[in-house]
This record gives sequence, C-alpha cells and structure tokens, in this order.
Amino acid sequence: MLKYFEKLGTYALDYINEAGRMGIFLFHSAVSIVKPPYKIFPVLKQTYIIGTLSIFVILFTGAFTGMVLGLQGYHTLSKFGAEGLLGSAVSLSLIRELGPVLAALMVTGRAGSAMCAEIGVMRISEQIDALECMAIDPHKYIVAPKFIAGIISLPLLTAIFDVIGIFGGYLIGVGLLGANEGMYFSSIYKDVEFSDVYMGFVKSLCFGMLIIWICSSKGFFVHLSRDGGYGAEGVSRVTTDAVVLSSVSILVFDYFLTSVLL
Amino acid sequence: MNENIIIQLEDVRKSYGRQEVLKGINLSIVEGKTTLIVGASGQGKSQIIKHILGLVKPDSGKVLVYGKEINKVSKRELKEIRTNFGVLFQNAALFDSMTVYDNVALPLRERTKKSEDEIARIVSEKLALMDIEGSDDKYPAQLSGGMRKRVGLARALVLNPKIIFFDEPTTGLDVAKSNEIYRVFSRTQARLGYTSVIVSHDVPKIFKLADYVALLHNGAIQDCLTPEKFQLSDDPVIKEFVETTMGPLYSSEMEV
Repeated sequence: MLKYFEKLGTYALDYINEAGRMGIFLFHSAVSIVKPPYKIFPVLKQTYIIGTLSIFVILFTGAFTGMVLGLQGYHTLSKFGAEGLLGSAVSLSLIRELGPVLAALMVTGRAGSAMCAEIGVMRISEQIDALECMAIDPHKYIVAPKFIAGIISLPLLTAIFDVIGIFGGYLIGVGLLGANEGMYFSSIYKDVEFSDVYMGFVKSLCFGMLIIWICSSKGFFVHLSRDGGYGAEGVSRVTTDAVVLSSVSILVFDYFLTSVLL
Repeated sequence: MNENIIIQLEDVRKSYGRQEVLKGINLSIVEGKTTLIVGASGQGKSQIIKHILGLVKPDSGKVLVYGKEINKVSKRELKEIRTNFGVLFQNAALFDSMTVYDNVALPLRERTKKSEDEIARIVSEKLALMDIEGSDDKYPAQLSGGMRKRVGLARALVLNPKIIFFDEPTTGLDVAKSNEIYRVFSRTQARLGYTSVIVSHDVPKIFKLADYVALLHNGAIQDCLTPEKFQLSDDPVIKEFVETTMGPLYSSEMEV
C-alpha cells in the first residue's frame, strides 16, 4: 500500500518537475528571442520548414473542411429554409473555430513532430552539449528561430485555411447543391466582423507558440524524460508525447481562449 | 605540481538514482599540460569532463575553473568561461545536418564578427592542419570515424581555445587511425600550446602524450602522477591497472 503512494508521489513530482522545466524553457526562449544579435536567415529557413512546407496539407484539409461544412450546412439550413445563410455559417465556423484549430493540428502533425524529433536527436547525440560547450546558447541558436517562425506561420496558414475553406463551401453549397451565389458571399460580407477575424488571429498566434513550445521543449529534455529518454526509442516516445500533448493543449486552450475572447 | 592550476575538482560526488558514480573526486589540471584520465569503462571518466564543462551539476563538492565555481556562476559568466573551452566529444557530436565546412565555421559565425572570407580562410587552415582538405562539402554521415574525429578536433580548435577536452579520442578507431589522431594532437598542441584533458583507455599508447596520468577507480581518483611514476607506482590499484593494461613488463622494472 505504501509503495502505491510512493509511486503516486514520484509521478506527481515528475510531472511538477517537467512543468517547471518547460516553464523555464519558455522563459529562456522568450529572452533569447529578444536578445541580440538578430539573424534573419535561420528565421527564414524555419518559416520555410514550418510554414511553406505545410501549405499543401493546409490547402487540402482546408478545402475538404469547407466542402463538408458546405454539405452539412446546406442540408441543415435548408430544413429551416435558411440556405441563404450558408456563406456566413461556413465562414464563421472556419474563421472563429475550425481554421485556427485544424491548421494548428495539421502543423503539429507535420512540423511539430519533426521539430521534436530533430531537437531530440540533437540532444541524444550530444550536439546540444557541444553547442553549450562552444558558448553558443542553444535557445538562441535552435529554439528562437522556430518560435519566431511559428508565430509568423500559424496566422498565415490559418488565413489560407479559412479562405480555401470558404471556397470549398462555395464549391459544394453553390456549385453542387445550388445555393444562391450572391447570397453566399453577401452573407459572409454582412455577418463576418473584425472581432471574428481577430479571434481567429489571436487563437492562431497562441497555438503557434503552444506548438513550438511543447514540441521543442519535449525534444530538448528528451534525456530527462520520465521513463529513461535516451536512444531512438526515447526520441520516438517524446515525439509521440509532444504531438499528443500539443493536440490536446490546442483543444483545451481553444475553449479557454474562446471563453475569454467572446 | 607547483605549476598554475586552472581546474580543480574538490570532493565531487554524483549519483544517478541509487548508483553513486563519482565518490569524491579530487583532481587538479595544470595549465599548458596534458592530463590523462584513465580507468576501466563505465567508471565515470566522461562524467568528470561533463562536470568540468558545467554540463552536469555535482551532488556535492566543488568544480573550480579559473578559480570560479562552475555551477554557481551566472549564465553570462559560464558562457565567458566556456569561451576558453574546446571539446572533442566521444562521438565527435558534429551537427549532422551541416557540412564539414559549416560545422567548423559555426563557432566563428556565432561567436565572432568575422567576415565570410576570413571564416573561409580560418576553416581551410584548420582543415589542412587535420589533413582533411577537400571534405568541406561532405556531411558527417559520409565520413569515416577517424575523419569525423578530426573534423571534431578542427571545430574544437577553431577559436584557439585555452583548454581542450578529449573524450575518448581514439575509441573505435584502428591502430593506423589512432596514430593519425595522436600525430595531429601532438602537432597541434606543439603549435597552439593549449591545456588538455584527455579521457581514454588506449593505454599505453596515449601515455606518450600525457604530462600527468590520473587513474579513476571505484569512483575516486586513485592518484595523479607523471606517466613514468604512474607506471612504476607501488599503489596496488595502479599497479594492477598497469599490469592489466600494459602487461607485467612494466611492473617488473621495480624488481630490477
């Protein structure tokens, strides 16, 4: 019985330790972003990796999300004879909710996992130790460009997701199911306000930071992870952890952000 | 040792879980000299280097580098102390997504304000010193173990550090490649005059490079002596180590 409590206590302490480590990691990363020198090339490179290389998957998922919204929305709204509101239903769902969340989930799966694995491998092959011994701050060199790139990329990817989703909804709602084209766009024009776009923007910005924070810190501390982190298995385990934790955090944060921003 | 001591470990202890790896390490590193740390595998030799580098914090005891306790200094001071260091890690720890050239150039790009032309000149000079010219565009994965170590050494030397740490510089290399590393090492130290700390179990060959040899046994430094004195020591543990690694030839000299 005592052993059970001991184990429980160890788990609790481990979680608290990890939370503290991640908090300090975030602080160091934030400081390293602000601290000179500022180098543009690493940021551009990371923006390409996180942002540009995610465009295809964002276009694809954005289009299909918009299409299914168009399909479902049309059938639901037609029950009340309100097909004219299809444009605003699709666009508000995308701009306020689905765009930021789904784009963030896609980036987590595509870029976040890769980022965690990359940093994890750097840690286990002593590359991060080597940087520290060369008096090069690993936060500044490895993490800061990823943070800036995440903050730049996520809102832009979300915007692409929203636009392509609205066109996906148009394609199905208007093109296939015969909703009125003018009504579709005029309802968007009439019902989407700046506060909706602002909400989506703030969400995407927060999700961008959240993904980079969780994925890079999980990789960075692979050697301290609870169940013995070294080796390829350790990296694969923290990568899975990072993706799961990021995805869950995105959904949890989404609720809180919505409740604050509404 | 009445020369200038630049690194000092005082009763350093470190445990991992229930296993105590370092059980009170006392060691002094003298400026401009080569100190060799030997001992059986898994005794914690690399841990000593990691403690000196400030990568691992001891549970108790002090690690003094230039008189400053390395795990109590501020981040800025630690960075300043580390500007004196050059490290060749056991597996070379090269950045595997960068070419050889970029690996060696990295400390110059990040730590100095030199122009790319100047960096190119220094990098090619260091690569030439290591006999690896022409491999600039290769990635670490395309290099042999010996070449990787030489690139690691070139990177460690590129900022002309005052203290260089070598963690198992010849492990996994054949005799010819080991000799090559030793040759490069002797040549660069004669030219650059740095202090070095070597962890190795390539005994007795590595003795030729050392000014002092320290034996790590059972989590503590048994003694730190000149190679000659080490080989002829009466200490039963050192004697056993010498006999095991070098054969009875050396111990028999005492009897003559």
